[in-house]
Amino acid sequence: MNKLIKLEQLKDFVFDGMSIMVGGFMAVGTPELLIDELVKINVRDLTIICNDAGFIDKGVGKLITNGQVKKLVASHIGLNPMAGQLMSDDKMEVLLVPQGTLAEQIRAGGAGLGGILTPTGIGTVVENGKKIISLEGKKYILEPSMKADLALLYGSKVDKFGNTQYTKTTRNFNPVMATATKHVIVLARKLVDEMNPDHVLTPHIFIDNIVEEVQNG
Amino acid sequence: MDKKELKNFIAKRVAKEFNDGDVVNLGIGLPTLVGNFVPTNIQIFLQSENGLIGLGPAPTEDKVDNDITNAGGQPVTLLPGGMYFDSATSFGIIRGGHVDVTVLGSLQVDESGSLANWIIPGKMVPGMGGAMDLVTGAKKVILAMTHTNRGRAKILKECTLPLTAKKQVNLIVTEMGVIEVKDDGLHLVEYNPEFTIEEVVTATEATLIINNPKKMEME
Repeated sequence: MNKLIKLEQLKDFVFDGMSIMVGGFMAVGTPELLIDELVKINVRDLTIICNDAGFIDKGVGKLITNGQVKKLVASHIGLNPMAGQLMSDDKMEVLLVPQGTLAEQIRAGGAGLGGILTPTGIGTVVENGKKIISLEGKKYILEPSMKADLALLYGSKVDKFGNTQYTKTTRNFNPVMATATKHVIVLARKLVDEMNPDHVLTPHIFIDNIVEEVQNG
Repeated sequence: MDKKELKNFIAKRVAKEFNDGDVVNLGIGLPTLVGNFVPTNIQIFLQSENGLIGLGPAPTEDKVDNDITNAGGQPVTLLPGGMYFDSATSFGIIRGGHVDVTVLGSLQVDESGSLANWIIPGKMVPGMGGAMDLVTGAKKVILAMTHTNRGRAKILKECTLPLTAKKQVNLIVTEMGVIEVKDDGLHLVEYNPEFTIEEVVTATEATLIINNPKKMEME
């Protein structure tokens, strides 16, 4: 089973109107090369699920700048003024989600759960229109789980099976996103033959394809 | 006090709230300064919600590692014993009550301990990031902020901006004083002797319960 693909093959896995989860936190741990390729392919009307809006010229911000994003689901857009502008001009829908809720909704999506109960957002606009459930005297918001068509991740070390490690704070949303989408593509900073099983952070069963950074960068 | 002295003064006072072994999350801006004033006889562990505990000082330019950043995306360092984790684990730590203290700035706070610091509708819409989870989950929520905004009160009877969380704030530290949030309201427990108590009251829209407040130690 060969999971290795060339960067140009990314076009075979994308289509207009699809939803894509992108790993990274303020573009740290974002697979920039895959984002650049998405810009090149110019696939449109995307729903992007990412911790934040990146920067105008970095991370998922590049897709926003290129007008490819119809809807952004994120916890923070403050470092990308373009995202705020498009949002207030009604040119891009932005759903702001508390960061912990976003992480847990994605985790739940990959773990076969229908949703989560979180106290975060109680008494704020976040609870508007949502079901509130009381358990033992404490209120929780029922938040549905989250899934998507594709995940684009950045692994610092990936073996040929797809076992993945993320170095330092590049890990962030990558491991949960690996579990919650129909198709998962990881950009490998370094591709290795094998990995110490104790060091695997995302088991290879979650990874569908690998793009090697040095071969394509 | 100039602006820098004022911020350091607030940060220094906040740092006195920590206990040995505390897991602490410091927000961006003024709260980050608190890390510079941790008493040397205790050890605390700084958590950064993007996925680490053991946050160290900013690196010198030649030591920058772009794979190690804080929640503001700025390069940081990891102290011995520090470690990394994913976002779901990070917010499990936060919501699960494993963070002892979170220190944040705020635009507004009110008599019930509700705070607003994530949006000014029509003006600034950065998003809540991890702030809602932090103030909901941390055992103790400390606001480190200037007492007023260009002369306008920030400590109000009731917040007018969209809330970050309801009734979660425990302590408010400003350049004018230290205010404890209790069930019966806001208690002025310390005041900066550079001001009179009347001046503190005037700069505060909320009702302050005053019962022999101590003078804030200047050093």
